[in-house]
Amino acid sequence: MNDFILVIQDMLDTVGIDFKLNIIVEYLPFFLRGTLITIGVSLAGIFIGMVLGLFIGMGKMAKSWIIKLPFVWYVNFFRGTPLLVQLFIIHFAVMPSGSSTIASLIVTLSLNSAAYVAEIFRAGIKSIDRGQAEAAHSLGMNKVQVMRYVVLPQASKRMIPPLGNEFIVLLKDSSLGAIIAAPELLYWGRAATGQYYRVWEPYLTVALIYLMLTLSLTYVLNYVERRLDTE
Amino acid sequence: MISVKNLKKSFGKLEVLKDISIDIHPQEVVVVIGPSGSGKSTFLRCLNLIESITEGHVYIEGVDLTDKKTDINNIRTEVGMVFQQFNLFPHKTVLENIVLPMMVVRKWNKADSKEKAYALLEKVGLSDKADVYPDSLSGGQKQRVAIARALGMEPKIMLFDEPTSALDPEMVGEVLEVMKQLAKEGMTMVVVTHEMGFAREVGDRVVFMDEGVLVEENEPSELFGNPQNERTQAFLSKIL
Repeated sequence: MNDFILVIQDMLDTVGIDFKLNIIVEYLPFFLRGTLITIGVSLAGIFIGMVLGLFIGMGKMAKSWIIKLPFVWYVNFFRGTPLLVQLFIIHFAVMPSGSSTIASLIVTLSLNSAAYVAEIFRAGIKSIDRGQAEAAHSLGMNKVQVMRYVVLPQASKRMIPPLGNEFIVLLKDSSLGAIIAAPELLYWGRAATGQYYRVWEPYLTVALIYLMLTLSLTYVLNYVERRLDTE
Repeated sequence: MISVKNLKKSFGKLEVLKDISIDIHPQEVVVVIGPSGSGKSTFLRCLNLIESITEGHVYIEGVDLTDKKTDINNIRTEVGMVFQQFNLFPHKTVLENIVLPMMVVRKWNKADSKEKAYALLEKVGLSDKADVYPDSLSGGQKQRVAIARALGMEPKIMLFDEPTSALDPEMVGEVLEVMKQLAKEGMTMVVVTHEMGFAREVGDRVVFMDEGVLVEENEPSELFGNPQNERTQAFLSKIL
């Protein structure tokens, strides 16, 4: 423990605040490792979720109700049941026993965010005036060309803010992994609490790290939005 | 050139077009007039299958649009359409709006497409607006770009769906002027409009529609000067 921390600790003790910095210092490497896993799991979740979500969103927009039905119920299920329940089902029942908790967490976050992304995607496309597609069709473009050159470029701009929100929600939800002992950030907070029977030090640190992550993400998203606005 | 046989169109239970038949000949300018809700826009939109056809047939140069084997995208390149709301692509510049379908649909290369696009912009008097986005244009300018974009496909037929209805009065003239020029060059045109002056001056034939029925058709001077059907008379007395 370096001198600086000792000085702060002295000050805390003098004013009578019961806060043990040495717990944080001791667990810092684990918190950092947990943070990396939180970031990795979230990135994987949003990436796979986006790919799946595009597919499911398109399925939901199918004209035939029989094609639409499974996609509609996919979204209903994953939006209508608690994420924790989904995590339990996937970790303890769906995934082969002995598979890693991180894998279970990634699968659950991906499947869950796919449902939300599907809705964002669908809403984005629906928000583009019908006249745009009609004009493109009247020029002889086929369905794929209309989507690729006219509808999607406009819809994707509108999809960025809600997608950003979804990413932030997903990052925070990844903390549920602690309950199945996936070694992400909150898991290490719980470990520290378990070892020292202290609550404030580990959980406050964990909360601050989450806050730093979500705030930087917000900053990046705002930047992207501004860039797209001025284009 | 266009042959419509017993065309019917329903939205659910509402029958919008009731058994319409008409032939439109090459180089003819047919103006469709009628009260709102009479089905004239729907009729026009059936001519390039932007609106699906419930019953009957539409033939473009002998090709049946309702035939499942017909490549509708191919037909649409021959039939340009101009909309009331312009429907320019807001994420593309004026030039890109015209060039995009040329490259994507006609598969022309970029240089040729651009050259054609500049020529078209000059034709509609907007050469100086090539690199701006549609947002910064006035309504009349937008509509002229939309006309240029449709012409870019080198269509044989042009459909106009109330092209001046969303414009401020002082901008109507510039759009009609472009359309007149087009008619003079021998374009086959079907125009849905409330501009009776244009119908009189440019139309070879005026068609009056009401409640989904083609009530009366005639040369403009005859239809406006001596309408036969009482519904036509009633409509004209209200607007002239």
